[in-house]
Parts: sequence; C-alpha cells; structure tokens
Amino acid sequence: MIESFLTYEFLQNAALAGIMIGFVSPLLGVFIVVRRLSLIADALSHITLTGIAASLLVEKKVDAIQEWNPVYMGMAFSVIGAVLIEKLRKVYKHYEELAIPIILSGGIGVGVILISLAEGFNTDLFSYLFGSVTAVSRTNMFTVLVITIAVIIVVTLFYKELFVLSFDEDHASISGVNGKLVHFIFIVLVALVIASAMQIVGILLVSALMTLPVAAALRLSKSFKQTIGLSIFFGEVSVITGLVTSYYLSVPPGGTIVVTAIMILTLAIIYKKVSSQLSLKGETV
Amino acid sequence: MNAKTILEMSDVSFKYDKETVVQNVSLSIKEGEFLGLVGPNGSGKSTLIKLMLGLLKPTAGKISLFDQPIRSFKQWEDIGFVSQKANSFNSGFPATVLEVVKMGRVSKTGMFRFFTRRDKEQSIEALKTVEMEDYLHHNIGELSGGQQQRVFIARALVSEPKFLILDEPTVGVDARHVADFYDLLEKLNKEKGITLLMVSHDIGTITEHASHVVCMNKTIHFHGHSEEYKAFSDDDLNRLYGHAVQQLTHNHHNGEAGEL
Ligand SMILES: Nc1ncnc2c1ncn2[C@@H]1O[C@H](COP(=O)(O)OP(=O)(O)OP(=O)(O)O)[C@@H](O)[C@H]1O
Ligand SMILES: [Mg+2]
Repeated sequence: MIESFLTYEFLQNAALAGIMIGFVSPLLGVFIVVRRLSLIADALSHITLTGIAASLLVEKKVDAIQEWNPVYMGMAFSVIGAVLIEKLRKVYKHYEELAIPIILSGGIGVGVILISLAEGFNTDLFSYLFGSVTAVSRTNMFTVLVITIAVIIVVTLFYKELFVLSFDEDHASISGVNGKLVHFIFIVLVALVIASAMQIVGILLVSALMTLPVAAALRLSKSFKQTIGLSIFFGEVSVITGLVTSYYLSVPPGGTIVVTAIMILTLAIIYKKVSSQLSLKGETV
Repeated sequence: MNAKTILEMSDVSFKYDKETVVQNVSLSIKEGEFLGLVGPNGSGKSTLIKLMLGLLKPTAGKISLFDQPIRSFKQWEDIGFVSQKANSFNSGFPATVLEVVKMGRVSKTGMFRFFTRRDKEQSIEALKTVEMEDYLHHNIGELSGGQQQRVFIARALVSEPKFLILDEPTVGVDARHVADFYDLLEKLNKEKGITLLMVSHDIGTITEHASHVVCMNKTIHFHGHSEEYKAFSDDDLNRLYGHAVQQLTHNHHNGEAGEL
C-alpha cells in the first residue's frame, strides 16, 4: 500500500482530499445536525448531480469543450441550490422543510433528463454516485484544499455567531448577530463541501459523512466543543479506514466509508447504553 | 427628575395573520423603573416584548430603544432577555451550562473577536448569582426545567445589561429560588440602576416589587404606579380587564398571591 501510495499520484490525491473532507464534512455537519437541517445535505448533493450531468452533457455535445471538470459545475449548481432553498424557505414560512424535497426532486428530475440527453453515462456516472479513489485529479485536490481552508477560517471567525444561531435564533438576533448573513455564508460553504466530498464518497452518500460521525459524537459528548472534536475524529477514522479497505477490496470508497461510520455509530450507541447501565448499577450497589 | 427614556413605543399595532393582537400601544419606560407587565393568557404580552426587541416588525407605529429606532439599534450588550419557556429549546443540544451562559457575552464581544478568560469568569460570576455554579460542565438538556431557567437568567445577566426584559422568568423555579430571584432583581434595580420589565402572572408578588404596572389585553388598560394599582378594588380590576377575564383576577391585595 505504502509503495503504491508513493507511486500513484491518484492515490495521493484521494488520500489527501479524503483527509480534508473527513475534517470539514463533520465540522459543518455538527451545525447542520443541531439545527435540524440534515436533509439539506441530501438536497444539495442531488442538485450537485444535476450540475455534473449538465457538465458532462455540454462536454459531449459541444465540440469546442473537451475536458471540462464536472466538479466545478457541480459546485455551482450546489451553491445555486442552497440559495434556492433559502428563498423557498421564506415562501413557505410555516413549512420550511418543504424546500428540501422540492430542490431534491427537482435536482434528480432535471438530472435524469440531462443524463438521457447525453445518451446515458459510462463508468463515470457510477463513480460520481458512489465515489472513487481514482477520480480525484491534482487540480481537484487543490480545489478541496482551498475550500477546506476557507471552511476552517470561516468557522473559526464566526464560531460564536454560528453557535448562538444554532442554539437560539431569537437570542442571536438580540445579540446583534446578522443571522441572515451568517446563515448564508454557512450554507454556501456546505454546498461547496458537498461538491468536494462527492468526489470521494459519492453523491448518494455525501450527507452520511456530514451526519453519521455527528450522530455518534452526540451520544458521547456533553459540550459543543467536544461534539465537534469527536465528530471530526470519527469522520477521519471513517474516511481513512474506508479508503484503505476500498483500495484492497476494489469497491467504491463511498460504501466502505459509510459502513465504517455506521460501525462507529453502533459502537457509540452500545457504549453509551452499557456505560449508563454500569453507572446505574454502581449507584444502587 | 429628567430620567432617560429607555423604551418608547408609539401607536404600535401588530397582527400575526389576520387578527390584531397588539393594538395602538403607546408605552414609555424611563431609566430606573421596574415595570411589571400583566394580563391574561393570549393578551399579547410576549408579542409586545418581541416587538420591543425587534424580533417582530410592527404593522404600524414606532419603537425606539435608548432613543434609537429599533431598526438601526446596535447597542445589544445593553439588553438582557429571558424569553418565556426558554427551556423549549432543543433539549438534545450538546452544550454545557458554561457554553450557554457565555452566549450572553456575544453582543459584548462583537464580530471577529474571540471569547477571552474574562468572558468565562463573568459567566461563572453570573452563574453564582443564580446558584448554578456547581453545574458549569453539565449538559444543559440534562438539568431540570427550573435549573435551566436559572441558567437562562444567568445568560441574560452576563452582559451586564442596562435594560433587562423578563418574560415569565420564574416559571418552574422553586419558591426559595423565586424569592432569591426577586431579591436579586431588587438589588439590580436599586443598586445598579438597571431598568426592568417583567411579565408575570403572580400579581401579588410583581406589584409588591415593581415600581410601575402595565395591564394589557391587546391594548393597554392601565399604566401607572404599582401603589395606585394595589389600591384598586376587585370591581375596578374587573372593569379594567373587561368581562372576558373577570374570573381570572381575584384577591390580589389581601395577602394571598393572585393568579392572572
Ligand atoms: N407565532 C404566532 N403565530 C400566530 N399567532 C400567534 C403567535 N404567537 C402568539 N399568537 C397569538 O397572539 C396572541 C397573543 O399571544 P402572546 O403570546 O403575545 O400572549 P401572552 O400575553 O404572552 O400570553 P401568555 O400569558 O399565555 O404568555 C394569542 O392570541 C396567540 O394565539
Ligand atoms: Mg407570553
């Protein structure tokens, strides 16, 4: 493994991008989960697919365009999707969550049409759906790096604001926090991270990497900071274990990463059960 | 006697959908006052408070805080707020008591700045005033309702506000801590000159402590010194609130705490 890692650039790209994604996805995931926006990740990943389909279609039909990087179009669609969700949430004030199925089904619907117009896809499509260790080019890896740095800077700078906004929107407002602006920046970052993570874990499983590590961390932590730390730790363990097994078993990394994350989640749930029962026994003895 | 105006509302009306719940309310609160806001359920008290804080926009009328229109108001560190049923937050939220109270320092700290040790110390101080300092590292969701409420009171105090707005802050808090809480309010009001606005259904206690009383039911039915309010007979009060709420006011001034 080490040897092939040093020989093959694509493995280095996948590993580095994976490590960055394993960090930022659960980091944003914590805020997504506590704000009960988990489904937004799903909606945005599906609209990313639309962008990728559009890009592949253009590439196929327009001769002048040879090697378009579909990831960028995916990112653009994801960001547009995020903006649309926000608009729709305002239209349906009392049914904010309706925005999500609208965008999600719209994304798939348009995506399917574009895919058929491009007369179906090859193996490329499969790797976009379930992730791939070979799909990450050096340029893509650097794009992920830029996004990772942006996420870390924004979350550090706006940590207080994001925290208050997540806990209590009214309190955020009377703390002088510009909730709309902070939320907008946040949701755009989520869109970018989804389009980045999609290359490794695949469109269908991208939201899992944002939510499963957080779900496990929630079982074990008392404080918000601890939740963030544990989520990132579980995210990294899932990505690294998943990538290695994916390489050896020659299966898409999306599958192995998510299965690892689910095993961690199961262990966290069992650990919590057992430890609370032990402490109960300890008290009664 | 030219006290500063803390809050000014003129001819404020508000409706959620169709029905007007706050109608032509004009209200002025001066520095150093302790105002008790009373009225039956659904009379628009919480709505009025949300209007004052800019959480809702009035359908008509003007509101200003510290002589600034609410729209452009910036000195949020001067305002402390405990909302009604503050414990209806997501109780699975992974935050410790200390993290929750520190949130109250956000307005004071400002954008692009980080919390310092001072913010932590002040938070612990605020928790001491509500006797919750032993729970610093407990998860907020794992506390009892009354304990959570005391934590939210600490959060409102921690920015050292000049104007403290409390919407039924003592619901679920036990008798001893309620008494302590009123002592604390009195101290804040008398010693530090903090202006207070508090909603309560415990008319006996609130009129005992407040300097002024406002009775509202969609519109303001009474606004004056609490002495004046206490001097009302039951008949006066019934007239004040109208027939619909007659049954709700009783014997507030013969020792027993009246419930509204
Ligand atoms: N979010 C909302 N949407 C629509 N109507 C609302 C909303 N909140 C309150 N109302 C209505 O506005 C009226 C005033 O409500 P408000 O909460 O201000 O009363 P209140 O005086 O605080 O009552 P309580 O003593 O029960 O706290 C009620 O009739 C209520 O049904
Ligand atoms: Mg109320």
